[in-house]
Amino acid sequence: MIHSLFLVNSSGDIFLEKHWKSVVSRSVCDYFFEAQERASEPENVPPVIPTPHHYLISVLRHRIYFVAVIQSEVPPLFVIEFLHRVVDTFQDYFGVCTEAAIKDNVVVVYELLEEMLDNGFPLATESNILKELIKPPTILRTVVNTITGSTNVGEQLPTGQLSVVPWRRTGVKYTNNEAYFDVVEEIDAIIDKSGSTITAEIQGVIDACVKLTGMPDLTLSFMNPRLLDDVSFHPCVRFKRWEAERILSFIPPDGNFRLLSYHVSCQNLVAIPVYVKHNITFREGSSQGRFELTLGPKQTMGKGLEAVLISSQLPRGVLNTNLNPSQGTYNFDPVTKLLSWDVGKINPQKLPSLKGSMSLQAGASKPDENPTINIQFKIQQSALSGLKVNRLDMYGEKYKPFKGIKYMTKAGKFQTKGLLRGRAWDLKN
Amino acid sequence: VQNSDVGYFENCRCVVFYEQPPPACAVRSQKRSNCEPMIARGKNASDLFPAVVKNVACKNIEVKKLVYVYLVRYAEEQQDLALLSISTFQRGLKDPNQLIRASALRVLSSIRVTIIVPIMMLAIKEAASDMSPYVRKTAAHAIPKLYSLDPEQKDCLIEVIEKLLADKTTLVAGSVVMAFEEVCPERIDLIHKNYRKLCNLLIDVEEWGQVVIINMLTRYARTQFLNPNMNEDKEEKEKKKTEATAIVKRKPYVMDPDHRLLLRNTKPLLQSRNAAVVMAVAQLYFHLAPKAEVGVIAKALVRLMRSHSEVQYVVLQNVATMSIKRRGMFEPYLKSFYIRSTDPTQIKVLKLEVLTNLANETNISTILREFQTYIKSNDKDFVAATIQAIGRCATNIGEVRDTCLNGLVQLLSNRDELVVAESVVVIKKLLQMQPEQHSDIIKHMAKLTDNIQVPMARASILWLIGEYCEHVPKIAPDVLRKMAKTFTNEEDIVKLQIINLAAKLYLTNSKQTKLLTQYVLNLAKYDQNYDIRDRARFIRQLIVPTDKSGALSKYAKKLFLALKPAPVLESPFKDRDHFQLGSLSHLLNAKAGGYQVLPDWPEAAPDPSVRNVEVKESVRAVETVTKKSKPRIGSSESESEEDDDSESESSESEEEESEEESEEETKKKKKVGNERLENTRTTDIHTHTHSERRNTHILNCDSQPNTIASVQVFDTICKPAWLYMQFLLNPPLPVSVPQTIIPSGNLKTYELLHRITGEGLSVEYCFSRQPFSPDPHMVAVKIQFTNSATSEAKSLHVEDAKLQSGMRIKEFPEIEVLPAGETISVVMGIDFCDSTQAANFQLCTHTRKFFVSIQPPVGELMMPIFMTENEFKKEQGQLMGMNEITEKLTLEEKCQGEHAVVQRVTTAANLSRVPCGSDKECRFAGKTVTSGSLVLVSVVTKEDGAAQLTVNCEKMVIGTMLVKDIHQALTQ
Repeated sequence: MIHSLFLVNSSGDIFLEKHWKSVVSRSVCDYFFEAQERASEPENVPPVIPTPHHYLISVLRHRIYFVAVIQSEVPPLFVIEFLHRVVDTFQDYFGVCTEAAIKDNVVVVYELLEEMLDNGFPLATESNILKELIKPPTILRTVVNTITGSTNVGEQLPTGQLSVVPWRRTGVKYTNNEAYFDVVEEIDAIIDKSGSTITAEIQGVIDACVKLTGMPDLTLSFMNPRLLDDVSFHPCVRFKRWEAERILSFIPPDGNFRLLSYHVSCQNLVAIPVYVKHNITFREGSSQGRFELTLGPKQTMGKGLEAVLISSQLPRGVLNTNLNPSQGTYNFDPVTKLLSWDVGKINPQKLPSLKGSMSLQAGASKPDENPTINIQFKIQQSALSGLKVNRLDMYGEKYKPFKGIKYMTKAGKFQTKGLLRGRAWDLKN
Repeated sequence: VQNSDVGYFENCRCVVFYEQPPPACAVRSQKRSNCEPMIARGKNASDLFPAVVKNVACKNIEVKKLVYVYLVRYAEEQQDLALLSISTFQRGLKDPNQLIRASALRVLSSIRVTIIVPIMMLAIKEAASDMSPYVRKTAAHAIPKLYSLDPEQKDCLIEVIEKLLADKTTLVAGSVVMAFEEVCPERIDLIHKNYRKLCNLLIDVEEWGQVVIINMLTRYARTQFLNPNMNEDKEEKEKKKTEATAIVKRKPYVMDPDHRLLLRNTKPLLQSRNAAVVMAVAQLYFHLAPKAEVGVIAKALVRLMRSHSEVQYVVLQNVATMSIKRRGMFEPYLKSFYIRSTDPTQIKVLKLEVLTNLANETNISTILREFQTYIKSNDKDFVAATIQAIGRCATNIGEVRDTCLNGLVQLLSNRDELVVAESVVVIKKLLQMQPEQHSDIIKHMAKLTDNIQVPMARASILWLIGEYCEHVPKIAPDVLRKMAKTFTNEEDIVKLQIINLAAKLYLTNSKQTKLLTQYVLNLAKYDQNYDIRDRARFIRQLIVPTDKSGALSKYAKKLFLALKPAPVLESPFKDRDHFQLGSLSHLLNAKAGGYQVLPDWPEAAPDPSVRNVEVKESVRAVETVTKKSKPRIGSSESESEEDDDSESESSESEEEESEEESEEETKKKKKVGNERLENTRTTDIHTHTHSERRNTHILNCDSQPNTIASVQVFDTICKPAWLYMQFLLNPPLPVSVPQTIIPSGNLKTYELLHRITGEGLSVEYCFSRQPFSPDPHMVAVKIQFTNSATSEAKSLHVEDAKLQSGMRIKEFPEIEVLPAGETISVVMGIDFCDSTQAANFQLCTHTRKFFVSIQPPVGELMMPIFMTENEFKKEQGQLMGMNEITEKLTLEEKCQGEHAVVQRVTTAANLSRVPCGSDKECRFAGKTVTSGSLVLVSVVTKEDGAAQLTVNCEKMVIGTMLVKDIHQALTQ
């Protein structure tokens, strides 16, 4: 399975290596660097690179390439999924997964990698088990460790690996018992210039933060479970119960975890919460262009749009812009030609707009395409699909937990195409 | 010091020069934390080896663990020194704590030193029959390590794999299949007996194990079952053939129930959060499911596209292959493959591939409209790919060919070189298919030569005119004329094509073009580029007839105007599905090392009965079983069979259980067990947080199990030979060896219904000593029906249970038919409330009812628990006084010796051995099934067969009765 792992930073240095079988020379990464050079963008490095004796499978997260070396047939997704799990674990442990964090915690990183794989096969990947084996570093513990010379390795033998609920550590105790669930939905959409929806999909997750004593058994039911078109579960969820009753029944892991991710299909009508009107014109022969953009709320169920951010890649011919936002701040990077406008909160009484002129490169011909506009926004206290949690019950423990549920909608990949549709080819059928 | 490498190094040096072992753990851990960064950064820290190895015997678990990391990394380079540490691990392998045993094995097997292969082999074999599933899992992990170190051990390792494959725990299943795949993937025969079990366990195995098992089962199913799409595939073939062979006897296809089992049990895993699991199930469905059912995977695969771009990349590759063969499956999700400007290029190109594969007559207009928007993207590689895709749509769907061609022609006026070049190339390919109908396009392109400046495009146009000069007889010479004018200013690639055009025109229309050709060739003769000069000389010799011209010139026309085959525009993913989907080989479209070929379906299905796990504890079979009691490692066969029954049973009863749950939810105060929990079989360690204790005990001290009619002892466990070998190799250590912890396999059977009273139906029962999975507080009772009558017995079930208060019964599911002469076993659960009161109930057939009762011997009311010596002593200390019963006895002659005592005690009561430092004392521990009260037994042997038996138990009645039973067992 996985032979070795190399961590490569954005400047192409290997700053960490780990081998689970015999040692593979780090020169194997040269093939990776070659591919990296060929790729125009960092995310265009092919995830799987064959070399004469090995195969390199890499993922890019937080500007670090995690390059796994394998020697024989193994499902590529197996490796990719595992590498992402490694990154998630690092993030869970250190808060961020950056080169600096990894270097600062190199011992913990090394110990984690040692426990996560045995001879290249995943051994303990559940964060609850790992935390039992290796305690996450905290400032206090670092200080104590420096003074007493002790380490982060757990003192007790980890019994979690033997448990039948391997995702939950044993002997959990809290004085305040609380369970929070965040229903976060992301809307992905492609909108036509005329405002009609080409595709729209809602993807949602329920992230939980459960801090409950003992072995609680929770059930979560929805008002409208039929909305969920396609779901994937944390392993703790009892699938049969869901199939039969559409109720989520589970013994939760301790701490933060993703309980469920779901998909609301595009067949169900998706209400698009925002509209954009934009008009960008370039006059032939002139070195000036006009830019006009207005946006406003639409079908938001009375909730306000927040943290609105507009970004757009302007054509290469644009030298600079002179725009005037009615609210917020805008920024144009003349090198990358990226226009971004931080709108903030939208006030329905006074719709924000961005107007002005653009100067074009002298002699450049008129760009034949209107740029695509990407929109980001948030809607608090509302799940766009209308999904509602009905109730949360706890069995197996006597105390009364504090329960909280929060809803939020975000824009995922939300873009308005500025393409001129008038020039469509003449289609005979 | 902590921050610089030099500092680390200096610090380590200090340790190396320590003459004595470092005094404090603190120093060690400091040193450790210094070494590791060096390893992590790829620095060589091997000269520290001796100092580190010294610490291997350290008592502190954390230091131990870190030394292990170091050892594994450098053992291969410092073999001699590594050997120094081996004995420590051997000691660790016998530690009473399962976690230490496991970790010792893990490290020992990771040390890549050939000389210790025999030791490893022994350790693996031993661990494979360890009582702890976690240790057995570690053993499974160790197998590939040993195999890669010494492939000659293969045969021995296969034996271990075979044994571990029979394991019933979810913890082991994934790891052992992984070992199977690495060591002996060709031994598909080993899977037969375990197939159903693996299918049933699958949902509860950890994610990574699921992937490995599903991939293996896909291969297995391809060798064992028939193609579910057989008839459809045949039809397709037949259509291509003549109608004469169409009348073929078509056998109706019936799916093997095992095939169905696999499909049914993998389907829920499509909901896994792990992309690799979803992909594994998807490929299983793609390769194994009937056409009509494959569709379910599409939704899950589309969901994965929301994931990280690497996951998307792999998933799209597979979707591309699938969409060629099963296009209909992804059609509803067409829009999910629409491309966003923020996608990385490699994802865009793959999505484009999928969109192209999905294009058909109905959706082509939408797709083409989408493609047009892509052409305007800034990403030029992507634009080129889009134009190619349009070309492919045009070839595949005849109706839109003209539209596409026209669209592409429009693109010829695009400003971007790449777009134009790519369009010309694609147009060229399209025209090559049916040039006759498109002379106007060729004419149009000929006109374009005035405007288009992109050399590649100009060259392509010239080639096209030359190739089809017959279709444009008037224009072609004119183009040549224009080109001749600009020849000197053209790019090299265009010049070559001008020469080419001239030559072709000279051959077809020499009257008009003779002079032009001469002129062009003359220009070329003095060109700066030698390629062009060469080409000109070559062509002149070939086409212009002179006296000296060779034989070749006769064939000039054939050479230049040969019919060129039209390029085939097909997906690069076509036929990639001969590789197992989801595999590395599929992704690379090349066989990767260690890839197991996915076999074709067999013509006729192999015997499906190989997967039957036969039940052979019928009375008739007992004799044969005892006769052939060969040394068998680990748990006896009867046990494993037993398990299979309860397995299938539990899955059925689970559903009922969950229904009950929902109804009684308000009543429930505790519910630790969930379905997963119930299904797993970790008998030890897991302490029950069961708070509900039943206090109602109606105990009758007089009731002794005296109604035992026929007692049959099944094959006794035989000490495997290797255990003795091990004793020869390693002198016994004061710590007890794990083999004694193996629970005894002796099962007594009792008669429930005699053959005569039962009118031909005889019923026996035994206490299987397995946890009863639907309810851990019940004793599992295996009931075996034998129908020796001449007619079949129908609807066997339990009715009208008369139970003492507090007792509960979980009935076995009704047996519909028991044919004459057949035997069947079922498992039922009884909660005896920790009393030896009989459970009375009626056993009903379709005609008769029999009053029967099951009375448990006190030894069956408990289940073994695993304890260390210290825990035992501590617990014993808390159960003194009233709770302790001591009795002196004289051991029977045959019963002297540790082994015999252990065997007799474990036969009498369902207890497990507790390790003990002294060989004069045997200790056992268990807890009562209902209330979980501890039961501790110790037997101290003295000289001349004298012994002292002590039982500590909170429940005095149980204690008293147990003393009686064990006393009897040891003295008779």
